[in-house]
Amino acid sequence: MSTNVAEKKSSLYEQIGGEPAMEAAVDLFYRKVLSDERISHFFEDVDMERQSAKQKAFLTMVCGGPSAYSGKDMRKGHAHLVQRGLNDTHFDAVVEHLSATLLELGVAKPLVEQVLAIAGGARADVLDR
Amino acid sequence: MARVKLEGQWYGLDEGESVLDGLLRGGVRVPHSCRAGACQSCLMRAEGGAVPAKAQVGLKETLKARGYFLSCACHPEGDLEVAGAGAELRVPARIATLERLSDSVLCVRLRPEKPLEYRAGQYVSLIRADGLARSYSLASQPHEDTLELHVRRTAGGRMSGWLFDEARPGDALELQGPAGECFYVPGRPEQPLLLAGTGTGLAPLYGILQDALSHGHTGPIWLFHGALEPSGLYLVEELRALQSCYSQFQYRPCVLKGQERVGVTVGALDAVIKEACPRPAGWRAWLCGDPSLVLSLRKKLFLAGLSLKDLHADAFLPSTPPPQEGVEVSGRASDASR
Ligand SMILES: Cc1cc2nc3c(=O)[nH]c(=O)nc-3n(C[C@H](O)[C@H](O)[C@H](O)COP(=O)(O)OP(=O)(O)OC[C@H]3O[C@@H](n4cnc5c(N)ncnc54)[C@H](O)[C@@H]3O)c2cc1C
Ligand code: HEM
Ligand code: FES
Repeated sequence: MSTNVAEKKSSLYEQIGGEPAMEAAVDLFYRKVLSDERISHFFEDVDMERQSAKQKAFLTMVCGGPSAYSGKDMRKGHAHLVQRGLNDTHFDAVVEHLSATLLELGVAKPLVEQVLAIAGGARADVLDR
Repeated sequence: MARVKLEGQWYGLDEGESVLDGLLRGGVRVPHSCRAGACQSCLMRAEGGAVPAKAQVGLKETLKARGYFLSCACHPEGDLEVAGAGAELRVPARIATLERLSDSVLCVRLRPEKPLEYRAGQYVSLIRADGLARSYSLASQPHEDTLELHVRRTAGGRMSGWLFDEARPGDALELQGPAGECFYVPGRPEQPLLLAGTGTGLAPLYGILQDALSHGHTGPIWLFHGALEPSGLYLVEELRALQSCYSQFQYRPCVLKGQERVGVTVGALDAVIKEACPRPAGWRAWLCGDPSLVLSLRKKLFLAGLSLKDLHADAFLPSTPPPQEGVEVSGRASDASR
């Protein structure tokens, strides 16, 4: 059972294009969130390389790639943002940019839907509910 | 509580205290300047214990592998045994010449006692005999027999003041480095290049420019040099001469304040760049000098479409004193017994 899920997940990641696709997506995605006044303040960081590496971890995770994060990690990792007011509106904005980024890179719609489903599944953890 | 062992003696670290700050508090003399992981003056080597990855960000792989780390960025979990950077990393050098490039900028030429492998645009830490350390970028090319630095006079500045007023040709110093990612990598000769900086941020850019030209870079090369006032510009004639030799090279000196005059643009650097280069997507860029300008320009260029991997930035972070001192650390190693 569990291997089955893992296989399915890795195949989504593979279909999207694996690591090179994440590399291509991260600049686009990061640029979108930094340009969006609703959420840019969460992503301001003098260390843009580090911030970009985190975005890549995010993209890899929601695209079903190899990821070491658990739901608990997501809760812990965003708790300081929830304290700063992170809510559903912000979450929807991130999902919007995620979708636009993948479509811009030419990822097929059904695959994007699958990614958005994975992202949506993290909502409760990210918003600490 | 984490502890650090140096030369047979243990020093306790307070909650959240870096190895550098803990040692300085204990009276140990460790060269340092920015205390923010940018200048690499505070390099030390671990001889036992675990070094957190954060303390090795920006170091060359060869240094990482040998256990080197930045003590100002090192917050160990447990005990750590360390040693100072040591002679194997430092190169003795002598001041060859000191020459004014303008009222506020001094060209310092150094002759290292053994050849230093570097790329134009990287930086070295200059360590004075008394341990005072500051980083300066390299404007020269590796084939030259001296290293060229451009030092701006800082009001009350210890290293710059000494270089301007007291240092003489023949004086001995030590060099540590080189470090940093601000240099030209040959390849893609048609790619447009954008070089921008303020003040002595011109030093690395001048080195990178000449490196790119000597590698036969054919794409457009834009150099924006910003200063508060016209007196802050330097190497103007040299850069104009290069512009007339190389048609792909565009030199744009700009000042924030002052009268409009021939060849000098008045305006904020970012606005001037945006007007001259409205669509920099796909370009390579190097940004050097004033930290806040460098960081805001980097963000703007990224948003304008430059890829992060094509954006190289050196923020000239000033020295910051350790928390409990507020003044120069004058303690000697022997004070550690207090
Ligand atoms: C990677 C890197 C590369 C560098 N390259 C160069 C270079 O090529 N040329 C060059 O001239 N400098 C360069 N610098 C800056 C240089 O290392 C020193 O910080 C500078 O020369 C001042 O040193 P000082 O000892 O004269 O002044 P200090 O004694 O360190 O400073 C005196 C006082 O002025 C303050 N101060 C100093 N500079 C500033 C500033 N810019 N803004 C606000 N406060 C300030 C200090 O905090 C201190 O209180 C670089 C720095 C870094 C990190
Ligand atoms: C779709 C659900 C989300 C998932 C799966 C997710 C996942 C991740 C991951 C894996 C990291 C990297 C953690 C690390 O390595 O430290 C991260 C960091 C981060 N996330 Fe999310 N994220 C989600 C939603 C959001 C939202 C909605 C925001 C804000 C609008 C956000 C803001 C951030 C920020 C700012 C960081 C960096 C934190 C830091 O610098 O400490 N995330 N996220
Ligand atoms: S890098 Fe540690 S003091 Fe500058």
